[in-house]
Amino acid sequence: MRFSTLIKTTKEDILEALQDVKDPEIPTISVVDLGIITGVEVDDDNFVKVTMTPTFSGCPALKIMEKMVKERIELLNINGVEVTTNFDTPWNTNMITPKGIEGLKKHGLAPPEKHNGLVQIEILEKVKCPHCGSRNTTLKTPFGPTLCRSMHYCNECLNAFEQFKPVD
Amino acid sequence: MNYSESQLKAVKEFLYKIADDQLIIGHRNSEWTGLGPLVEEDIAFSSIAQDKIGQAQHIYEILHTLGEADADTIAFTRNAADFKSCHLVEYPIGEYDFSLMRNFLFNHAEQIRFDMLANSGLEPLARLAKKYRGEVKYHTMHANTWVKQLGRANEESHARMQSALNETFNLALGIFEESEFADTLNELNIFPGEKVLQYKWIEVITPLLEQSALVLPEPSAWQPVYGGRKGYHTEYLEPMLEEMGEVFRLDPKAEW
Repeated sequence: MRFSTLIKTTKEDILEALQDVKDPEIPTISVVDLGIITGVEVDDDNFVKVTMTPTFSGCPALKIMEKMVKERIELLNINGVEVTTNFDTPWNTNMITPKGIEGLKKHGLAPPEKHNGLVQIEILEKVKCPHCGSRNTTLKTPFGPTLCRSMHYCNECLNAFEQFKPVD
Repeated sequence: MNYSESQLKAVKEFLYKIADDQLIIGHRNSEWTGLGPLVEEDIAFSSIAQDKIGQAQHIYEILHTLGEADADTIAFTRNAADFKSCHLVEYPIGEYDFSLMRNFLFNHAEQIRFDMLANSGLEPLARLAKKYRGEVKYHTMHANTWVKQLGRANEESHARMQSALNETFNLALGIFEESEFADTLNELNIFPGEKVLQYKWIEVITPLLEQSALVLPEPSAWQPVYGGRKGYHTEYLEPMLEEMGEVFRLDPKAEW
């Protein structure tokens, strides 16, 4: 028996390690806090299976994130790791953790507001400005520098800002 | 999924049709990259392109699990006659009014289709549809905003939007060309049929066009442009496919 099978790595160990893997487009949020790690299993032989799901179907960062997740887990005391992506648990913005919301703010983004399973597109009209907190804002365009962001303008502090847009 | 041979044929044709529309209109949208009338529109068309091509890819992946080639091979190596896309998506981008109106008509049909498919008996597709409808919501929102603004802005913009609607409407009716396998898809609880979709689509776009001061052609003048679903295409598809697959075909085994 190899040493690595003697001490079992837990699901918690994996999730903790994955805190180090950040969204390549928003380096202040981890893949765990973004909510895209939808499954972690460690079998009796210390073989790890991780399931991920994309934020947006056309997200170009997905393959890179898969690779980053795999490489980070390989540093742990395990016998092997397999990372797969599927849509079994489809991502939506409610899956971003409170810590993730803080990470988005730190990057200067307005976080998505919680929704009840159905995003009313009107909620993009009065997004809270991340600079001054005013809701007197205007949506400039629902498409921003990445698929997950929209662009807004604050009529109070006269700053342009981006929102991580809500998705259901 | 345990389908008989004829059922499998129906399912594959259905998946090809949806994904091919998305790939082709996605590519056409990407042709606006760098050419948009405003930088925001440049980004919007490019982002919509990215969404649609990504969505097409995941549907091609379902086809791969059903025995078809892998997604890249499906996208980049087929001949025009193998594509099941409708004519609407094939046309060159033309002027901005044409591309915008095309997106408006297409995105609404797609939004309703994915709403219907969210409960489809074809589970892998239902999972994707649930995801896609949230994304397409932003595509319809984008089109609604601009159609409404330009429809009412001034005489020229109104005239151009009305003429774009007249030009694209019969092509858009071609989205709803019924499949010879429609009954099978209905029996399998996969999809209730293109006519149902078309009916819902008219219900959705009519009030939006009215709010934009635009007039839908009279039903007596409706002449759906069919053929795409059966592999008969316009002269515009083949050159587009040539260009789209050019790099891939240089070295199909290359690792990206």
